[in-house]
This record gives sequence, C-alpha cells and structure tokens, in this order.
Amino acid sequence: MNEFAGNQTIIEVIYLLASALFILSLKWMSSPTTARHGVWAGELGMLLAIGGTLLHHGIVDYQWIAVALVLGTIIGIPLGRVQMTAVPQRTALSHAFGALCVTLVGTAEFYLRTPDISRFMMAVLSMEVILGSLTFTGSLMAAGKLQEVLPQRPLTYKGQNFVNFLLLGIAVVIAVYLVLHPEEKQLYPFMLLIALTFGVLLVIPIGGADMPTVISLLNAYAGLSAAAMGFVLNNRLLIVAGALDGSSGLILSVIMSKAMNRSFTNVLFGAFGQVQATAAGAQEAKTVKSATAEEAAAILSAANKVVVIPGYGMAVAQAQHKVRELYDALTKRGVDVRFAIHPVAGRMPGHMNVLLAEADIPYDRLMDMDDINGDFPQTDVALVIGANDVTNPAARTDSSSPIYGMPILDVDKAHTVMVIKRGMSPGFAGIDNPLYYLDNNLMLFGDAKAFVGSIVRELTGAGGHV
Amino acid sequence: MSGSILINGLFIFMLAGFIGFEVIRRVSPLLHTPLMSLTNALDAIAVVGAIVLVGEHKSTLSAVLGTIAVVAATSNIVGGFIITDRMLKMFKSSRPAAKS
Repeated sequence: MNEFAGNQTIIEVIYLLASALFILSLKWMSSPTTARHGVWAGELGMLLAIGGTLLHHGIVDYQWIAVALVLGTIIGIPLGRVQMTAVPQRTALSHAFGALCVTLVGTAEFYLRTPDISRFMMAVLSMEVILGSLTFTGSLMAAGKLQEVLPQRPLTYKGQNFVNFLLLGIAVVIAVYLVLHPEEKQLYPFMLLIALTFGVLLVIPIGGADMPTVISLLNAYAGLSAAAMGFVLNNRLLIVAGALDGSSGLILSVIMSKAMNRSFTNVLFGAFGQVQATAAGAQEAKTVKSATAEEAAAILSAANKVVVIPGYGMAVAQAQHKVRELYDALTKRGVDVRFAIHPVAGRMPGHMNVLLAEADIPYDRLMDMDDINGDFPQTDVALVIGANDVTNPAARTDSSSPIYGMPILDVDKAHTVMVIKRGMSPGFAGIDNPLYYLDNNLMLFGDAKAFVGSIVRELTGAGGHV
Repeated sequence: MSGSILINGLFIFMLAGFIGFEVIRRVSPLLHTPLMSLTNALDAIAVVGAIVLVGEHKSTLSAVLGTIAVVAATSNIVGGFIITDRMLKMFKSSRPAAKS
C-alpha cells in the first residue's frame, strides 16, 4: 500500500509539472517569435503526463495501451501533414476526436460505477457525455461542410429551433432523472443518442460563412467536456487543460461573433442568407466598371500604398502563392504592400494569416482590422481578393441590411478599389454589395489565381516601362 | 465522493479558467489558427483517463471503449503538435534581425 501511495504522489507531481508546462505553452503563443517554444513546452508536458500515467498502480494490461498509442500515432501523422488549405476541416475533425474520447471514457465510467454513483458525480458525468457527444457529431458535420462532402449552405426547415430545443430538453431531463436514479441504466443510451442527434441538427442549419464562430464554439464545448471529465476522474491536470481549452474556445467565439456583430444564439439559431434573395434583383439596373489585368497592373504600379484584402475566395482558388508573386513584384517597384485581415475572413479564426504565411509573406505585413482601418483614406489601391461581406459598406450605412452594424474593412475609403471576383453573384450571406457600384471601384472579373497571375505577368514582363 | 473534492476541483477550474482567459487574450490574432490546433492537442490530455481505463481492464466494455478513446486522443496529440509546429515555422518576419 505504501508503495502505491508513493507512486500516486509521483504521478501528482508530474501532473503538476505538466499543468505548468501547458500554461507556459499558451503563454508563449502570444508572439510568433516565441510560439514554437510553446509547442515544445506542450509536447514535453504531454510526454511527462503520459509517462506518469503509465506508473498508475492499477494498470495491469500494457499491451492494449501500446497498441492504441501506436495506432493513434499512425492516424495522427497524416492528420498533421494535411495541406494548409485543409486546416479548417482538420481542426473540426480533431474537435470531433477529442469529444469522442471524452464521451467514450464517460460512458465506460458510467457502466463501471452505476448504480454506486453519487449525485454530484452523475451530474458532472451527464454534462461530460452530453457536451462530448453533441460536440462529436456537431464537429463531424462541420468538418463535412468544410470538406464540401455536405452542402455548405444552411439547411433549414420550419420549427427547427423548436425541435432542437425539445431534443436538448429531453436529454437534460433524462440526465436529471439519472442523477436521482443512477440505477436506471437502460436510460443512459437514450441520453447519449439524443445528444448525438442534437449535435447533427445544431450544425446542419449553419452556413459556411458562420464556420469561424461555430468551430470556436465547438472548441469551447470540447474543452468544457474535458474539464467535466477531470471532475469525474478527480484528475486535476484534466481540469486545468479543459479549462484552458474551454476559455480559449470561448474567447475566440466572442471575437468571432463580435466581428460579425451577432450573438451566439443568433449564429446557432438564426441561419441567415435567404432574406435578401429578392432584394438583389432590384439592383441589376446599376452599372459597374470593370478593368483588364493590364489596366490593373498599371494602376498598381503607379500606387505608393496598396492594401490587399484576402477572403475565402483566395483560399478556394489556392491563389496565395500568386498573391505572394504580386507582393514581390510590387515591393520591388517600391510599392508599400500590406494585407488587411478581417477576423472572420475564411473559415476559421486566423485562416488567412496561415495561408499567407504559407506563401512566405512576412507576418509583419499582415494587419488586423483595427490596425489598418484608419489607413484606408491614405491608401492608393485596395485590392480585394475573394472577400465580399467583410468589405460591404452597407454594414455601416444601410440599417435594413442583415449585416448592418458588423465591423468591416473600410476599403471604399481608398482612392481606388479593385475587386477580383468571378461574377456579380452575391457572397455567402447572399447580400448585395454596394461597393461594386461606387465610382472609385473597378471589378476585375475572373478566377482569383488566374487574374493575379496575369497582373504579375504584366508587372514583370513589362519591365521598367512605367 | 466528499464535498471537499468537489470544492477542490472547482477552485482549480476557476483559477485555470482565469489564467486561460488572461493568457489567451494576449495571443495575437495572427496566430489564432495555430492556437486552436495547439489547445486541441493539449486538450487531448484526456488520453490519461483513457489509458487508466484500458490498463485497469475492469470490464470488456470499458477496455474496448478506452482503447478507441486512446486512439482518438493520441491522433489528436500527434496530429495537433505536428500541424501547429508546421504552421508556426511558416510565420516569418520581414525584419531578419531576430534570426540567428
């Protein structure tokens, strides 16, 4: 018994160390110069924690642990090597895996302990399992939408919110009943199934443009369910890691929904996009000006300050490397080129930054919305590549617009705005963009990658004729 | 389970929540994507609970569920750290002064 107790103390001390390393790991993420230390601290903490756990006195069977660890590593390596454009769906998938782990452990603990389970423990266990399973299926749906296996547009039907609330309500009622009567274990699978279904239905009505908020929210749920698991297992390290992950997801969700001027409930329960379909027809009479790659190149090379506004369209067209060539060509001519990144540009928080960093664009050229918005009036050219709603001035001026009040990049204040776009179709939110009809706006119709490529050819091929 | 264990856990949860909030608030929006993949990998520390479940082998059900859970969490740990490091390696400054 003494030896066991000794082991347990060693494990607790190792967990304490791992907790400190996890906190340091996140602290070092605050700046790109120290961020990689953060990864190393996290890895060290993880290795220590897993090593320490293997000392646990109750462990009699190491064979399956080894098999599972090896199998997980084999699956994990390709998941770590996906293309940068696939990072949003990979992230959603890993939320699903994390939640799956928590749900399975919770389920196993329930069947091991019932009916000998305290009310408090059963309450936390229910929370762990409900949050875990809805995050599991919700994240799978989000990953499917991002991978375009499932339709990206919102799928809605009448009474959707009622059905969703009803399901969640039933799951909670079963949970409460189980807290009072933990011996009624035949009810447990129903709670699990309902929570799994709820996760599917929760994400189905959410459109592609809302993915940054949803991914962040699922991140927070995954963290909270892991923290709940920490309570069930009385494991402090798990409580710490879950709380860190939960607060990270929560902060990102708040940033994302603020950047869209919407509340959580609005994102989750109000699929938007259908409203404006009719209004767009009335706008057809307005005229737009368009320009060729040659004209665009001439305007860009005559500019002093250029700001590029990338959006999801750049990711879809895989145009980031061509954008890098444009950046090089313009910088060589002495043009100051910066990038304006809207918090919700793309499909997850920070999506555009990663793609541009992948294309070797220095990170000090990537500006947040708040840092660059004041500079647009002094900007010669704002070049919008595959972004739409985040540049829509109706958000500032038109109180009837569904995106009214959403903070946007004030590109319309630049001397000249150029928008690379395939055609005049509205963005994901289905909202017409009055920017395109402004006098200082030029439309560059074409595929983002091809069009940027032809601008680069004009700039480099034409040599020094400007 | 006694109440003191609950209170103990809640204290830790509250303190870690505050630390998480203050630390993560300072993360540059530049790094929000790697932040999410890193917290994801750290969250997979749930693997320790699953490992004990498999190792103790108290019932077939718990061992099977635990094994799947270890696989899922380990893939998050390995994949999460690899991709976070890959992403962070790409972030370069235009001022080479910081480089050695």
